[in-house]
Amino acid sequence: MIVAKRKPMGDIAKMVAPYKKVAVIGCRSCVAICLAGGEKEVKMTVSALKVRNRKEGREQQFEALVVERQCEKEWVKEVEDKVKDADLVLSMACSLGAQTIADMYPEKIVFPGLDTGFFGVPEEQGVWSEKCVGCGNCIIHLTGGICPVARCAKSMLNGPCGGSSNGHCEVNLEIECAWYAIHERLRLQKRLDLIEAVMPPKDWSTGHAGGRRTYVREDARLTQHQKKGKEGAQ
Amino acid sequence: MKAGSNLEKVLDSGQFAVTAEIGPPQSANPAPLTHHAKMLRGYADAFNLTDNQTAVVRLSSIASAAIIMREDVEPVIQMTCRDRNRIALQSDLLGASALGIRNVLCLTGDHQIFGNEKGAKNVFDFDSVTELSVFNTLRTEGKQVGGEVLKDPPKVYLGCAENPFATPYEWRGARLAKKVAAGADFVQTQAIFDMDMFEKWMDDVRGRGLDKKVHILAGVLPMKTAGAARYMKNKVPGMIVPDHVIDRMKNAKDSKEEGIKLCIEQIEHLKTIKGVHGVHIMAVMWEDMVPRIAKEAGLLPRPTFE
Repeated sequence: MIVAKRKPMGDIAKMVAPYKKVAVIGCRSCVAICLAGGEKEVKMTVSALKVRNRKEGREQQFEALVVERQCEKEWVKEVEDKVKDADLVLSMACSLGAQTIADMYPEKIVFPGLDTGFFGVPEEQGVWSEKCVGCGNCIIHLTGGICPVARCAKSMLNGPCGGSSNGHCEVNLEIECAWYAIHERLRLQKRLDLIEAVMPPKDWSTGHAGGRRTYVREDARLTQHQKKGKEGAQ
Repeated sequence: MKAGSNLEKVLDSGQFAVTAEIGPPQSANPAPLTHHAKMLRGYADAFNLTDNQTAVVRLSSIASAAIIMREDVEPVIQMTCRDRNRIALQSDLLGASALGIRNVLCLTGDHQIFGNEKGAKNVFDFDSVTELSVFNTLRTEGKQVGGEVLKDPPKVYLGCAENPFATPYEWRGARLAKKVAAGADFVQTQAIFDMDMFEKWMDDVRGRGLDKKVHILAGVLPMKTAGAARYMKNKVPGMIVPDHVIDRMKNAKDSKEEGIKLCIEQIEHLKTIKGVHGVHIMAVMWEDMVPRIAKEAGLLPRPTFE
């Protein structure tokens, strides 16, 4: 999932202050699970902004909305009227949701209410951690199911470095050393031979280093005819 | 002979080698480098010029090397993977070789969070092992990572660092083996304070036959105070300082003197360990002490070659 956190309320209030009608739009997917931009967080944000406005004598109209998945146009369409009616959209989805709305309605001003962090997983109640950087060429079959690109602070392929301290990362002693964990996992599986050989330089061109990525599945695309039919149905 | 550096000659001749460090200044002034080069000439076989160590911006390692070479002092440049991608690393290696620099230490590099530019974007296109393998291929076959073959490959003697005191301990020998397989000619270890643990690591290293394939230079670091010892024990990840060392520093009348004595004793001990081919003296911010340590540890005179 995509893990995000809400921007500080003071920052959000400052961003939205110049606009009269503000549509605050959340998302029921990842950001709801990471307690950043689901229905509850949207309502809380709107309440907090209203309280500030009362204190500061500012008048603004807020519309609290949530869509199923803000990164998909079909779901955003459901709130199109509200988007069109607003002076500003404050997206409480990840940056993908915010950009989807911004791309669909180029004349609309769309601001991010969240800071999008990473691809991660919920570890326990209230704790999320990064596990993937989307390098486009997965290697975890070689590293015991643990990604060193995402989980090692230096993305080492031949770790651990000399700063691995009691199994923890030198950059943050609260975090496990990814390579220590890889070693322990492969030792358990009796597969340490996997990391004995020198791992060659990685080709980063499959990741963001290669420029913005677009994946196309020709077999899944609609034909011109199908596209027309779909437009007609709407 | 791979590169013909003085360090390579000393090690190949089977003599106990000595390397030390000269820390580049946090300024554009070359004078401290020239000063240290003049003061230290003849007290070690080659001197490491750190590469923005602990991610603090300093005069660059390659430029520092060029400056001390004017004083007829041999450099070991350090090249970390933190700040340069494969284009810059390979380019700098060619440049260093063209300047006459013959010793290169390959390092992954300290994370920028420790330094004075915490907002920096790091690179880490390689780690130290991939860096070694790429540089080794470049020097032996003239071939770049991307496959292009160069007419005049760089002439360099390749080194690396290894820390016997980082976890998992049982993997540290295997990791050195990877570096040797990648092309390391010599290795400088992390500063040793726990001699028993170092001996254990050396047992593993010899067991793997690595002492026959790579020259091991054992790292020593003279300490000035008990506070410094405690700091390294508690605050520097991957550093082990036993309590008896801290106590010895604490109980000493003159802790600086004790630090030097301890360092000399360590060198004497290291000389007796099979497979240790030299020492690397890291007198951080205390370069002036290198001549005395070298002299009193019986490391002088340093060999010279025609």
